Amino acid sequence: MQARHWLLLAAAVLVAVLFGVAGGAVPLELAEVVRALFGAGDATTQAIVQNLRLPRVALGLAVGAGLAASGTALQATLRNPLAEPYLLGVSGGAAAGAVAAVTLGIASPLLLPLAAFVGAAVAVVIVLLVARAVAGHADPRVLLMAGVVVGAFCTALIMVALATAPENTVRGALWWMMGSLGDAQWRSVRWVAAYVALGIALLVIWARDVDVLALGDEAAASLGLPVERVTRRIYFAASLLAAATVAGAGLIGFVGLIVPAIARALGARNTRQTIAAAALAGAALVVLADLVARTVLRPAELPLGAVTALIGVPFFLWRLRRLR
Amino acid sequence: MIRFEDVVLRYSGAATAAVNGVSFHALRGRVTAVVGPNGSGKSTLVRALLGRIATTGGRITLDGAPLDALQRRRIAQQMAVVPQREEPVFPLDVREYVALGRHPHGGPFSGRDAADREAIARAVERAAVAEFLDRTTDALSGGEWQRVRIARALAQGGTALVLDEPTTFLDIAHEMAVFELLDSLAREGLAVLLVSHQLNLVARFADHIVLMHRGAVAAAGTPADVMRGEILERVYEWPLVISRDPAVGAPVLVPLRNRGAR
Repeated sequence: MQARHWLLLAAAVLVAVLFGVAGGAVPLELAEVVRALFGAGDATTQAIVQNLRLPRVALGLAVGAGLAASGTALQATLRNPLAEPYLLGVSGGAAAGAVAAVTLGIASPLLLPLAAFVGAAVAVVIVLLVARAVAGHADPRVLLMAGVVVGAFCTALIMVALATAPENTVRGALWWMMGSLGDAQWRSVRWVAAYVALGIALLVIWARDVDVLALGDEAAASLGLPVERVTRRIYFAASLLAAATVAGAGLIGFVGLIVPAIARALGARNTRQTIAAAALAGAALVVLADLVARTVLRPAELPLGAVTALIGVPFFLWRLRRLR
Repeated sequence: MIRFEDVVLRYSGAATAAVNGVSFHALRGRVTAVVGPNGSGKSTLVRALLGRIATTGGRITLDGAPLDALQRRRIAQQMAVVPQREEPVFPLDVREYVALGRHPHGGPFSGRDAADREAIARAVERAAVAEFLDRTTDALSGGEWQRVRIARALAQGGTALVLDEPTTFLDIAHEMAVFELLDSLAREGLAVLLVSHQLNLVARFADHIVLMHRGAVAAAGTPADVMRGEILERVYEWPLVISRDPAVGAPVLVPLRNRGAR
């Protein structure tokens, strides 16, 4: 990747942050935003910027970077350019965990993300166990199918739970399943950001192993990689990274799918480069998508997951065409 | 040196062993070729070298050490394998792909040191892939890709090189180039172990041939020992004659038409 592409990505993040903070129910001038960011300007603007908009933008950055990095690692490890965390049981598991918490009446702002995270982790472990039972080892094709099937099963569980749940519970659960940065508070943002940073760091450390895995099982074994162990490790780390973003912002699909492709289209080749570029692009994309969700039908707010899907599906179809 | 000692390999769930009591060795300084009909167990031997199938009997050693007792990384430092199929889903720069051969020697962040650079430069020179370095792996022809893969294996810098059907899909010139390269690598002291269907080329280039038949060694020895009509006819279950190439004097197998077709 050339320097100008990195600059482009950095600029995209900067633009996304500035407009993400400026846009919303109360539109702000960019100059006001910059003043407020540095602790100047009038008190109301400062409060809006520092306590409402900035945590929301920060959550968007973390969620976008995490989803994109997770997708990059999963696509290379499973050797499938259409793999993404949301196809692989993570989303289903997280949603099932969250809905379970809601229906059990323990869905406090602190427990809901935790329940989602636990649900995702359980789903990922089940996927790994299923793959092991079926194929005897971590076969990428089996992992992919097991992920899809476990995800579908979770969705069925959710529907059963929601069919018997009171109406306001359903509404809350649905809103969460459609993805939103609306509940962003500094306390939770810090947790998600720390977790995402840890997950991305692990994937960056293992990036060379991912490069080797992407060549195929036999070539990877020839290059001295314990293929099954490394596949499981990366699948697990990437899935939990996605789970952390789900815990923070609900289900936001397609980011993990399309952003790695954007990074590669910009010239990123090896996994480390692609993860870095995708993290930047994903961060910018989610913040901008959230801006669209907040402003396009103001004062109503669209679900963020719907916006990313509206962007993602045409892109997905275009990718499918190119794959032929 | 790669040594198979009475090796038994069985796929899980299979009633019979895919490889049953195979012994031979691939010495440094020579080309050892494993030949045989489809399903005779050739590729299973390669899978065992890669640790993709466990030995259920006997043992495989690499320079005297049992393969099972060695870490994969350690094995990869000594033995490079070019598997039959390999297709990167995401294209890599050829330069970067060849450098992946140094993976067994480095940590997650270690830069390329002098030894790495030298091994890569030498691999690029030996496999003659310098002109492709600035391309991506999806922009290579079949023959070019095969050479690049051999360069990656050479960059591993081991003492043994294993190739599974390296010339399938290659035209005559590319096929000959690969065999010539393997021959000269063996002359330089590498143990070259080659699985191939190209009996006639193997007869010209290999120092030692192992003929596999239904998971066992049907014959082994020099090309003259193995390239014999009665042995090959029995193993391949097809009528054939062995003649002698008038130009180079090597034994040449000619399968016959129709006669005996069932």
